Order: sequence, then C-alpha cells, then structure tokens
Amino acid sequence: MTAAAPAVEKEAEAPKAPEGPGFFERFAAALLAPAAELGVLWQMLTQTAFWAVRPPYRGRVLMASMEFIGVGSIFIVGLTGLFMGAVLGLQLADGFRQFSAETQTGAVVGLAMSREIGPVFTALMVSSRAGSAITTELGSMRVSDQINALVTMAVNPIQYLVVPRVIAGVLMVPVLCLLFNIVGVFGAYFVCTQLLGIDPGIFLGRMRWLVDWPDVFQGLVKATIFGATVTLIACRQGFYASGGAAGVGQATNRCVVHNAIAILALDYVITAVLLGQGL
Amino acid sequence: MKEETNASASDASDPVHIRLQQIHKSYGSAHILKGCSFDIQRGKTNVIIGPSGSGKSVLMRQIIRLEKPDSGKIVVDGVDFAGLKGMELERVRRKMGMVFQSSALFDSMSVYENVAFPLREHTKMSRKEIEERVMDRLETLGIGGSRHKSPAELSGGMQRRVAVARSIVLETDIVIYDEPTTGLDPITVQTVDDLILETEATFGVTSIVISHDMASVFRIADQITFLYFGEVFASAHPADLLQALDGPTMEFVQASGVSQELLERRTK
Repeated sequence: MTAAAPAVEKEAEAPKAPEGPGFFERFAAALLAPAAELGVLWQMLTQTAFWAVRPPYRGRVLMASMEFIGVGSIFIVGLTGLFMGAVLGLQLADGFRQFSAETQTGAVVGLAMSREIGPVFTALMVSSRAGSAITTELGSMRVSDQINALVTMAVNPIQYLVVPRVIAGVLMVPVLCLLFNIVGVFGAYFVCTQLLGIDPGIFLGRMRWLVDWPDVFQGLVKATIFGATVTLIACRQGFYASGGAAGVGQATNRCVVHNAIAILALDYVITAVLLGQGL
Repeated sequence: MKEETNASASDASDPVHIRLQQIHKSYGSAHILKGCSFDIQRGKTNVIIGPSGSGKSVLMRQIIRLEKPDSGKIVVDGVDFAGLKGMELERVRRKMGMVFQSSALFDSMSVYENVAFPLREHTKMSRKEIEERVMDRLETLGIGGSRHKSPAELSGGMQRRVAVARSIVLETDIVIYDEPTTGLDPITVQTVDDLILETEATFGVTSIVISHDMASVFRIADQITFLYFGEVFASAHPADLLQALDGPTMEFVQASGVSQELLERRTK
C-alpha cells in the first residue's frame, strides 16, 4: 500500500496534458519523412545484398517465392496485358486514322509495349497482387512475434524472409513483362486487324521495322529494377509493421502507394538514363 | 576452442546458469531497466514477476538478445552474451529456446514442420533423423497425433505445447516462457504449468518464466525474482519470499486475490 502512494501523488502533480508538436515541427517532419523512408529502404537493400551471398542458400524458399510472385501473377498480368494492348491498339488506330497513318499502329504499339507499358504495368500488377500479399504476410508475422521467433532460433529474418522474395522479384518480373508484351501485342493485333480492318502484314511489318532488340532490352532492364523495388518496398513495409491488425492494414496500403510512386518515378529516371537525355 | 570446451565442462556444474549484472535499458527518455542484477539457477524454474510496466518483457528481450542492453552483462555459461555479435551471438542463442505469449508458430507450416524447422536450419541431420527427433518431442509432449495439423487448428494449450517442442528440439539448455498462461482458462493454465515442469524434468532444461499469475507462479517456481519498475526488488525461493513479504511484494501478492496460506501450500 505504501508503495502505491507516491504514484498517486505523481499523477496528481502532473495534470498538464503533453503538448503536441507545433506547426514547424510537423512541417519539418513531413519534409524529412521521404528522406527517412529512403534511408530505411537503403539499409534494407544493403542488408539484403549482404545476406544474399552468405550461406545457407535456401533453394526451396526461393522456389516458393518465385512460384508465388511469378506463376501466381501469370493470369492477372496476362489479362491486363490483353486489355491494355487491345485498348492501346484501338486508341492509336483511331488517332492515326485522323491523318491516314493507321498503318503505323503496330509499330507504335510494339514500341510503347516493349519500352514503357510492359514493364510499368507488370510492376504495378505484381505490386497490387504479390507486393500487398508480401506486406500482409510479413506484417502479420511481425505483430504475432513470428519474426522474433526466427531471431530467437538464430535464423536471420532478412536472409530467410526478404532475400528470397527480392531475388524472386528480380527474376520473375522481367519474365512476366515479356508475357505482358506478347499478350498485349496480340490484343492490339486482334483489335486492329480483326475489328478495325488494318492489314495484318502491314501491322506486323511496321512493328518489326520500328521495334528492335534494344527496345525490348530497355523494357527488361526496367522490369528487373522494378522487380527489386516492388518486393523490397513490400518487404520493408511488412517487416517493420507495428500496431496489430490495423497497423498491418496501413502497412499494406503504404506498400501499394509507395510502389506506384516508386515505379513511375524510377521509370522516368531509367528512361532518361537509357536514352541519354531528359535528365 | 579447447578453452571453450573446458569452460563449458566446468560451467555445467555451476548452479548459476545465467548471471545478469547491472542491466540498463532505456527507450528515449524512458529508463525501463535500472541496473537489474540476479542469477538464473541451472535446471530450475526461475520465475520473473512484477506489475505491468515493470520491465519484465523488456528484461526477457535482453536475456535472449532480441535487444541489446545499454549496459551491463548477461553471462551465460561463463560467456558475456550481451557483448556478442554475429556468429558468436547465434551460437550462444542456439542454447536458448523461447515460447512466446502468442506461441509465434509459423502459420504457413504444419505442426511437424514448425518443430522440424530449427533442425533443418542448424543441423545436417537426415530426413529420417529429423523425423525421429521431432516425433520423439511431439510424443513426449502428447501432441504426436497433431503433426499434420496447422497451428490455427489447435487450441491455445496445444499451441503452447508445439511452441515448447520447437524450443527444445535442438536440445536447448534454456527455455524462456513469456507469460505462458495469459488468456488461458484455469484448467489449461494447470496443463501449461505441468508442461513447464515436465519439460524441465524430462529434458533437464533451465526454465525462465515471465508471469504475473501468482497462483501459477508459486506452483512452478524454484526461484522468484520480483521486478519493480525496472529494479530487482527481491530474488529468492518462493517460501523465503513469502516469509519476508513487505512493501511492493506484499501489495502484489494481496492484489492477486490469492491468499498467502494457499500460496504457501502450493510452494514446491
């Protein structure tokens, strides 16, 4: 009883509510938040690179991640690729027709698909499907102490949880991008040749004339970088999630938003670097 | 290496398994652990009690090195665990198993896979050897029939059993239980108490139990350490502690609603 008394007195002596941060503190925090986030991502990237080359190498875990990110995304990537190609073909053919250049539709569809739309949309789809699931899974593991359990069993959680997912993203997103391109071109080909009456030979001929291997390569470089980015951001959000179920939900939300911003911002930077202009 | 072996051999006869010396831990301006010093007895059930916010869970996180203390020593078998890094840290950590309050079983794995996980990660045992070891642990703990089930299909008590099996499958020396009876009904609490005692008797492990369930504590404890707002207020055998109740310990025992007479009867 005697021990409780000082605590009660303390409470009575301190009735003032703590003051929240002022306007400038909040403004400064908002300005610094992106820099802090980039710092955390950089730290996770370096740790991932460090643990990726150290044994043990867990082939089964990597295969499971590749199956989840790659094989599991085939349907959604293929479907969106088909409709993306179809609507791109429709819009371009309609636009080009206004100055009698609809024969160029195949060339522009091929170029846009291989350089831009393929990697960007593939990454966005992988982020929505696999990225959000990764964040939710790791976030749930964090709030239910499963990640701490790994640490207590002397298993490095970055090596066990993050490394296979990031490697799987790097390997599988370019493959999915190729699938997106092929299905997208098929969608555009079908709409343009079967519904809009463009000659199939001209459609494919113009595409072969304009689109070259470096264009496809440019798209694959982007897809590889996006694959690493999407999985890294997803792992970062899940790995450091806190605040129970609500915290995991917020982390998943941040994963999708941050990924969309990162993909589009990186897309410009990579394009400018590869084209050697625009920076 | 030879020195290490000799050290381990001599340490095995030392009744003190872990010695905590002046452990301090702060989060920002909040000073949580204020120089905790006490011994964990080898092969005994060592219970850490204290009111909510007294730093029990923080202390547990330092003991298993989920966090590094700001200062102080955690001497495990003669080695200062608090100062270790990298592979050395992992080597000592493998001596310890942890049973979390939430059990922390991997949702994506079956009961069998959960228990086999540490063996697959840290040994070169064949598949058959792993199966034999895992089934031995599961059978001993009475959950052999649940090997194919997922953790979500098990009751709270069964999940704790699986967590215990996972924590001792590597032939661990020390098992730490973080509030193992919280949220369980009285019968399951007794089952978990029995489980802790059985595990200690069968596998000869040192048990560290974080708890504030007084009835349970006095049933299983060989030593009780009372943590009071970051400081060790008392550390003694339960019978000795009951004889010398005063101040916060008296208040804590009275507030638990369990009579002192009953606690004396329950003392091992």
